[in-house]
Amino acid sequence: MDYITWRSFYTVLVFVLFIGVVWWAFSKGQKKRFDEAANSIFDEDKKSSVTKDTTKQESKNNE
Amino acid sequence: MSQTNPLQIEYNLKVVRQFAIMTVIWGIIGMTVGVFIAAQLIWPELNFDTPWLTYSRLRPLHTNAVIFAFGTSALMGTSFYIVQKTCKTALFSDKLASFVFWGWQTVIVLAVITLPMGLTSSKEYAELEWPIDILIALVWVAYIIVFFGTLVKRNTSHIYVANWFYGGFIVTIAVLHIVNSMVVPVSFTKSYSLYAGSVDAMVQWWYGHNAVGFLLTAGFLGMMYYFVPKQAERPVYSYRLSVVHFWALISLYIWAGPHHLHYTALPDWAQSLGMVMSVILFVPSWGGMINGIMTLSGAWHKLKTDPILRFLIVSLSFYGMSTFEGPMMAIKSVNALSHYTDWTVGHVHSGALGWVAMITIGSLYYLIPRLWSQTQMHNVRWINIHFWLHTIGVVLYIVALWISGVMQGLMWRAVNATDGTLTYSFVESVVASYPFWFIRFVGGLFIVAGMILMAVNVYRTVRAGKPTVEHVEAVEHTPAPTATQSA
Repeated sequence: MDYITWRSFYTVLVFVLFIGVVWWAFSKGQKKRFDEAANSIFDEDKKSSVTKDTTKQESKNNE
Repeated sequence: MSQTNPLQIEYNLKVVRQFAIMTVIWGIIGMTVGVFIAAQLIWPELNFDTPWLTYSRLRPLHTNAVIFAFGTSALMGTSFYIVQKTCKTALFSDKLASFVFWGWQTVIVLAVITLPMGLTSSKEYAELEWPIDILIALVWVAYIIVFFGTLVKRNTSHIYVANWFYGGFIVTIAVLHIVNSMVVPVSFTKSYSLYAGSVDAMVQWWYGHNAVGFLLTAGFLGMMYYFVPKQAERPVYSYRLSVVHFWALISLYIWAGPHHLHYTALPDWAQSLGMVMSVILFVPSWGGMINGIMTLSGAWHKLKTDPILRFLIVSLSFYGMSTFEGPMMAIKSVNALSHYTDWTVGHVHSGALGWVAMITIGSLYYLIPRLWSQTQMHNVRWINIHFWLHTIGVVLYIVALWISGVMQGLMWRAVNATDGTLTYSFVESVVASYPFWFIRFVGGLFIVAGMILMAVNVYRTVRAGKPTVEHVEAVEHTPAPTATQSA
C-alpha cells in the first residue's frame, strides 16, 4: 500500500472510529454508567455532610 | 490527624498548595511584565536604553511567564488535586511530584534569567535554549509518571472526564515539545533548528497552535469539568457530551496549525487544510462551552450570589467568544485582513485573560480555602471586586485591539486608485494606534490590580488557616454504594 492510499484509508478509519465513539457515548447502555461518573465527584460530600445531600439528589436529572 | 486509620491514605495536598501559591505569584509577575511592555509601546523611553529591558526581550518573558509559569503551574497543581480526588487515591510518588514542582520552578527562573539576556531560539512560545529544553523534557516525563501512575493505582472503576482532558494535554505537550525543540547546538547557549525553511515554520506552528489547543484549552477544560460542577454543586450537564467533546477536540486540534502560515511559502493545499480544520474546530469548542454553561441550568440564581461561579461561567463565555473568533480568523480572506495586526493580539488575550485566567482564578478561589482548612476565602466581597476589575480590564483590552487591529489591516491594504501606491506609510498606522494602545494599557492595569487584591486575599486566608490533612479510605474497590445512590 503506497503512502497516499494509506493516508486515505486512515482518514476514513478515523472518521468511522469517531462515529463509533458518538454512537457508543449516546447509546442507552451507557446512560447509567455516565450518570454515576458525573456524580462521582460528589462522593466525598456525601460522606461528610448529610444535610447537603438532599439538594444534590434533586438537581440530578438535568440532562 | 493523630488517629490515622491504617486503612486510610493521605492525599498529597502539599504539592497542590505549592503550585497554587506560585500560580498567584507568577500571575502577578507575568501580567505586570505584560502591562510594562504595553506601556513601552506608548512610551518607548521606558526601556531606559538598557538591552535587558527592550520590548523584544521582555515580550517572550511575558508570554513564557503567563503561559508556562502562571498557566502551567495552575494546570500542574489542579491536575494533582483532581486526579487524587477523582481516583480516590494519593499521588503515585510524592518525591517525583516534588521534583515536578521544583524542576518546573527552576525552568521558570532560568527563563527569567536567560530571556532578558537575549538568549533565545527565536521560536515563538518555545524561545528557551536547548539546555533548558532538556530540563523541561525531564520534568515533563516525571509529570507523566506521577499523573498516569496515579490513574493506574486508582480506587475507582471509571476515570472521570477531567482526567482525560488533563491526560491528553500532558501527553500531547510532551510530543510537541520534544519534536519542536530538536536542534543542533553550536554552544551551551546557542543552537539552530534541525528543520529548514517552510518545514521549520510548519513544525513551529504545529507546536504553537497545539500549545494553544492542548495546554491552554484541553488542560483548562479538565479544570472546567471538575470545578464548575463542584462549585455549582450539580453534575456536569451532559457526561456523554463531554466524552464526545474530548475525542472530537483532540482529533481535530492537531490539524489547525497551518492557519498561522496563510499566504506564506507553505504549500497552498496545507493552508487550505489548516483553514478547513480550524473552522470545523468551532463545533467541539462550542459543544464543550455549552456543556459547561448548561451545568448551571436550573440554578442560574447562584450567579447572583456566588462570585466564584461568576468567574467560572464568564470564563466559558470568553471561551465561546474566542473559539468563534478563532475559526473566523483562520478563514484565508479574513486572515488577509487580520494577520500581523493587533486583532490577533486581542484574540489571544480574549482567550488567555478571558478564558484561561478566569477559569484559573475561579478554581483557585475554590481551592485555596480547602487547602488551608477554611470554609471560604478571607473576604468574599473582594472576590466580587476582583471579578469586576478583571472583566472590565479584559473588555477594555480586547475592544481596543479589535478596533486598532481592523484599522491597521485596512490602512496597510489601502492603495491609491490612480497609481496603485500605498495610501499610508507604516508609521502612520502606528501613530493611529496610540489611543488604543493606551486603552489596552489601562485594561492591563485593572487586571493586575485584581490579581494583587487576590494575592492579599490568599495571604489572609492562608494566614488564618493551617494546611489541610485529608484522608481517603484505601479499600474502596467497588463503587457499588455510590451506584445505588445515583440510580
